[in-house]
Amino acid sequence: MSLPLLALVQAAAAAAHPLNASVAEWVWLLPLLPLLGAIINGALSLVPNSSDVRKFRAITSLVGPGVLLASFVLSTMIFLAMRDVPHIEAPFIRNFATWMPVGALQVNWGVQLDQLSILMCLVITGVGTLIHLFSVAYMGDDASYARYFAYLNLFVTSMLILVLGSSFPVLFVGWEGVGLCSYLLIGFWFTEEANVEAGKKAFVVNRIGDFGFLIAMFLIWTTVGTLDFTSANAALSALPAGSAVLLPIALFLFLGCAGKSAQIPLYIWLPDAMAGPTPVSALIHAATMVTAGVYLIARTSPIFAGAPSASLVVALVGALTAFWAATIALRQWDIKRVLAYSTVSQLGYMFIGVGVGAYSAGVFHLVTHAFFKALLFLGAGSVIHALHVAYHHTHRETQDAQDLRNMGGLRRFMPATATAMGLATLAIVGIPPLAGFFSKDEILSSAYSRAHGSPLANATLLGIPGSAVLFVVYGLGMLTALLTGIYMTRMLLLTFFGDNRTGKNEQSALHEAPALMTAPVLVLAVLTVVGGWLNLPEIASSLGKVDRLTEWLEPVTGASARVLAGTTNVSSNTELILILAAVGAGLLGIIIAYVTSRTPVLSKDESPADEGFAGVLANAYGVDRVLDNIVVKPVSALASTVLSRGVDRTLDDGIEGSAVSLVRIAGRVGARLQSGDVGAYAWLVAAGALVILGSLALS
Amino acid sequence: MITDSLIVSAILFSIGVLGVLTRRNAIILFMCVELMLNAVNLSFVAFSRLHGVTGQVFVIMVMTIAAAEAALGLAIVISVFRHFESLNLADLKLLRG
Repeated sequence: MSLPLLALVQAAAAAAHPLNASVAEWVWLLPLLPLLGAIINGALSLVPNSSDVRKFRAITSLVGPGVLLASFVLSTMIFLAMRDVPHIEAPFIRNFATWMPVGALQVNWGVQLDQLSILMCLVITGVGTLIHLFSVAYMGDDASYARYFAYLNLFVTSMLILVLGSSFPVLFVGWEGVGLCSYLLIGFWFTEEANVEAGKKAFVVNRIGDFGFLIAMFLIWTTVGTLDFTSANAALSALPAGSAVLLPIALFLFLGCAGKSAQIPLYIWLPDAMAGPTPVSALIHAATMVTAGVYLIARTSPIFAGAPSASLVVALVGALTAFWAATIALRQWDIKRVLAYSTVSQLGYMFIGVGVGAYSAGVFHLVTHAFFKALLFLGAGSVIHALHVAYHHTHRETQDAQDLRNMGGLRRFMPATATAMGLATLAIVGIPPLAGFFSKDEILSSAYSRAHGSPLANATLLGIPGSAVLFVVYGLGMLTALLTGIYMTRMLLLTFFGDNRTGKNEQSALHEAPALMTAPVLVLAVLTVVGGWLNLPEIASSLGKVDRLTEWLEPVTGASARVLAGTTNVSSNTELILILAAVGAGLLGIIIAYVTSRTPVLSKDESPADEGFAGVLANAYGVDRVLDNIVVKPVSALASTVLSRGVDRTLDDGIEGSAVSLVRIAGRVGARLQSGDVGAYAWLVAAGALVILGSLALS
Repeated sequence: MITDSLIVSAILFSIGVLGVLTRRNAIILFMCVELMLNAVNLSFVAFSRLHGVTGQVFVIMVMTIAAAEAALGLAIVISVFRHFESLNLADLKLLRG
């Protein structure tokens, strides 16, 4: 089908779309509401501190979460409208303006509403609203309260543009926007140099991924001549099977995803990103932004379905990342770093899902992970907040409020937070019937089942058969399930159980967080418990309707999933064994963590430094130092010696010097001519006239 | 007939050019410029025999402008003499670069 014809067909489809004239026409308002909040809060943040500061704070507290709530309500209305229409096959696309009309390249400011984007909108605005509410209490005493909400609202705007954009360039606007907000929020407390460094690191590492994304866009444009998702996906999946161009496109796209979603080798920025305020870690670095890569792969699933080797790469990198990060999380002492490595690890699971072509499973894990990881981060925020208050009470602010060794026994002081975090821990470990169990199990069983008789199993990766790769992926996934059980239980036990190590005087000041902070945590706890019902497996059909999410996403990813799924079907017996194995691995992890936790832990100041392999793990394998030595230092040395002292100075001085002498010589010649002697001028005029006359005569 | 007039005109013009190029006295220079103008006038009149009265109209125009120029020029020459007490153009080099 030629492209103009394709466009015509789409125009016809758009004209008769079942969502026309419904509430979906208001979809443009979704990103604009948080933008309005960002503008208002941004203006308020510029107001100098004055006596009215309380009044302005009240406005921020109202506007910041308010616009998010409005966005969430609108998303819900659109979602309900979409659910009432029986069959929406084509996405609902609205173009508002032309952005780049360059020759044949026509990029519009357009939004694309389909089952995947509205799901993402619900997660972003829903979880976002809860985290905004939490922030009202958590950041209430911060001097830059309005600036914080301005950034946070701007982040949600960008994230909604990312998931609603109808073409690669519009998505890229959101992609860069969330990167910018992430940078701004990591370095939110910019008076500490480490925070600024962390922000810079996140930004620079993401640049590498963005480079891949851009190259992928260029390749798509030169191959099919369009950048709209619908027409590009259609044209790319219409390419003859085994087209050589699909593999590089998919791999470069995945490089972009690896940067944004913190996969090997670009995961190094995420643990440092914990320098930002804890609600930011919950919203940006756990629930939404870091899942953008998973979203992008689901969005461009026809490309990955057409390049099985690239899908194998995605699954393998996901599995390696999941395992690698889980091992590091075993020996982290900072509660937020444990959660950060856990996020990297869980993102790895999502990439296993979308890598093996189980797109709905990957997105399912994205959603459930958004619930329980946001909960864990917010709970950690409550704990850190409580320790801060306690240390502030006794004027020992230098103590580390984020170190697990300074916690312990907190369940007596913060029962609600402890219960919620316990539930989330069980969910992430994969204990039924909590949300994480269903999503993780679906990913692992998909990886297992595709190892036989699917295009993935028949493809090769550097000569290794795909089935072998998939078994490795499955094995790493199982090992990670075990490790997840260990490190999460360890974190939970160190935080809430055993004796309190905060300090004798501090104990009287330890209290449960204010209601505005516990309420969002408890709402998330409910979601963590019931989230699995979104997509029940066949085997749990007695609990309710099965595969609800898979059916919902069918028009978006169904075709690609079927391409990669192949023929084999896992029997329910095998599935039961797989489930038991996964749950067993998680339980074993919990038991191991429980047994090893009997060794008493001292508070941070009294603990010796980790030695041996524990020290290696605590240092995250020293990857940062290695990278510092082989990348950062050579680059800065190159910049300071060769480029600055060598090239810049010689070249600058050279150019500068020669330019000066050139001007000086020209000046001298010109000055000679201006002798002030009228006679000489007359001679020159006559000579000029002669030259003109002569040339006229000769021509 | 026209040829003769044109030859006279050319001779007059050349004298004027040579004067401008070689002499240094402002008044002489001035007269030489007038000479060149009148040489051109002569050729205009001569050509008007061939091409109609337009040439003669031009001559009137040139004479008007020349009169204005002479008025201005002589005024400047007088000012220059009052200031420098000399009309030798070689002495007037204040504007050299």
